[in-house]
Amino acid sequence: MTALLDAADVFKLYPAAGKRLWTRLRRRLAGGPENVPKVHAVDDVSFTIGKGETIGLVGESGCGKSTLVRALTRLIDVSEGSIKLNTRELALKPARVFARDRDRARIQMVFQDAGESINPRFTAFAAIADPLRRLRRLRGQALRQRVETVAGQCGLPLQLLARFPHQLSGGQRARVGIARAVAVGPDLLVLDEPTAALDVSVQVVILQLLQRLKAQTGMSYLFVSHDLSVVRLLCDRVLVMYLGKIVESGPAREVFEHPLHPYTQALVAAVPRLHDDGGERLRLTGEPRSPIDPDPQVCRFYGRCPRGTDACRTTMPALRRFGDREVACHFAEEFLPQPRSLS
Amino acid sequence: MTAALAVEGLSVQFRTRSGVVHALDNVSFSVARGETVALVGESGSGKSVTAYAVMGILDPAGRVTAGRAMFGDIDLLAATPKALAEVRGRRIAMIFQNPRTALNPIRPVGRQIADVLIRHGGVSRRAAPEHAVEMLRAVGITDPARRAKAYPFEMSGGMCQRVMIAIALAAKPSLLIADEPTTGLDVTTQAVIMDLVGDLAKELGMATIFITHDLALAGQRSARIVVMHAGHVVENAPTKELFANPRHPYTAELIAATPDSAQSLDALAAIPGSLPDLRRADLPPCRYSERCPRKIAACAQPLPAAAPGADHIVACWNPLPDRALPVAYPQTVSAA
Repeated sequence: MTALLDAADVFKLYPAAGKRLWTRLRRRLAGGPENVPKVHAVDDVSFTIGKGETIGLVGESGCGKSTLVRALTRLIDVSEGSIKLNTRELALKPARVFARDRDRARIQMVFQDAGESINPRFTAFAAIADPLRRLRRLRGQALRQRVETVAGQCGLPLQLLARFPHQLSGGQRARVGIARAVAVGPDLLVLDEPTAALDVSVQVVILQLLQRLKAQTGMSYLFVSHDLSVVRLLCDRVLVMYLGKIVESGPAREVFEHPLHPYTQALVAAVPRLHDDGGERLRLTGEPRSPIDPDPQVCRFYGRCPRGTDACRTTMPALRRFGDREVACHFAEEFLPQPRSLS
Repeated sequence: MTAALAVEGLSVQFRTRSGVVHALDNVSFSVARGETVALVGESGSGKSVTAYAVMGILDPAGRVTAGRAMFGDIDLLAATPKALAEVRGRRIAMIFQNPRTALNPIRPVGRQIADVLIRHGGVSRRAAPEHAVEMLRAVGITDPARRAKAYPFEMSGGMCQRVMIAIALAAKPSLLIADEPTTGLDVTTQAVIMDLVGDLAKELGMATIFITHDLALAGQRSARIVVMHAGHVVENAPTKELFANPRHPYTAELIAATPDSAQSLDALAAIPGSLPDLRRADLPPCRYSERCPRKIAACAQPLPAAAPGADHIVACWNPLPDRALPVAYPQTVSAA
């Protein structure tokens, strides 16, 4: 598989202090912006997305998932690192300039809550037409035709196109959000928890729609979610993020069946199952470490990890490769399934 | 086991500009002491309205048109506001959906817990702050003395929910209603919060009504599940029995739509149709019948009454065959 998107050593740091007078003063006293404490929202993240591949990105709230996808979709600028689409470097283009770039249409995003990400004063038609007008320069009949085709593809009845978001049901709004993103024919669709606000019965329909769209168009998906049972079903590969770092990655099924990183293990154990055996579950205690200037020598999971040895406190575990999986834990070997599948 | 709360024939209507919404119709279920019962359903099924009606905190547009909610020997639906105020907060407590909006944003959390302790817990004004810190410790907040002075916005969602739990349990109630207590929280936090509620319920011998849309979570955390659809209770059964032997077509579809059970996306079954408009005057007796694949002529009659004392109740004329016993439910046999 050839890489469609190649993100390498991506960092996104935010100054921890706000814009108030006091923090500005403190910044000046500290001797310039370099010395201000920083939130490490995305900390040295590298991965690739192949053509036609579906990648899941999971992790708890505040782990940097959203910041990472915003950086990848070039809605915000990265602090450091490279983002290549095919071979073209996008990270150097400021987000404001990229908004009018010829490659803008190639990476599109479906936002979390369609009810809140669609302009309430736009009809469904206007919402879907907007990116076509701006990025494809479609007008008049051609525009109408394209909107109707896409709406049809996304299972949105044409008579609903004249409605405003508040006149649509949750599932219909989700369809508008998806139609808007796929209208311009992107190569990469980034989906930020597209089904979080939906009931299970509607969620199924939307997930199946996404799968069908992918089969029709050959798009790649980056699917952000904290619903692991959905990620397991939809994704080829999964990235697990914790406090700004990727702690584990690999084929979705394997990661969920044999999680190697203790955080992934806890995450998988926490998912409620219909047929629960009631066995002993791994529980996380405590709160995550602070993302503000974390100690580069300490494992990010230290303190919450049931394992937590001295080595974890003195050496940050690097992401190590085991077959087609990667894990950042000193003790990953112990959890490796017997060599047959991995070598 | 005696029932901590028995809801019988509860019906609720809302008057709106576009007509009367028949939000609940003849809802009955009961919770025994020390038992956890889950109310499960999709949005709009009436789970929260049921809880609000029982607590007497319905929106002014809502009106209870029929039914009783027996809490011991008090009918909560007929009680005077004064009598209700005695019960509510002290003997029945509620955890709300979004802890951030349910907490007072301009009052430190320790003070909010102390308020409840003073009003309902019989704790003196002087001793309350100290007790509040103890409560925070009990719900697993580290450094509780410092956290007691924090405002809700300074805490994470999981911590706010712990504070809500501390407030709800401050007066050691005998019934707890938890309305989607973990929506919006991470799965890891969800597991911890649910463990906490479960442990405390066990410790206090509390009955719990757990409202959720997550069937898998309900299955893990409750002894009995009440499935709701469009303001009706469609099925009420012990948890294991419900998953092993769902009788109502809607329950079966709900289980089939839950991603956890499936091996692939195609194996997941969508539930066709949508909830009926509850403002309609001509609502069919079975509100699921218009989406139901097993609809028969009998569905036009009023729903079958539950057999008294039945352990597994199905409100359906043509339920799925019983996998355990071929003729376990007399009311369905007579209809077929």
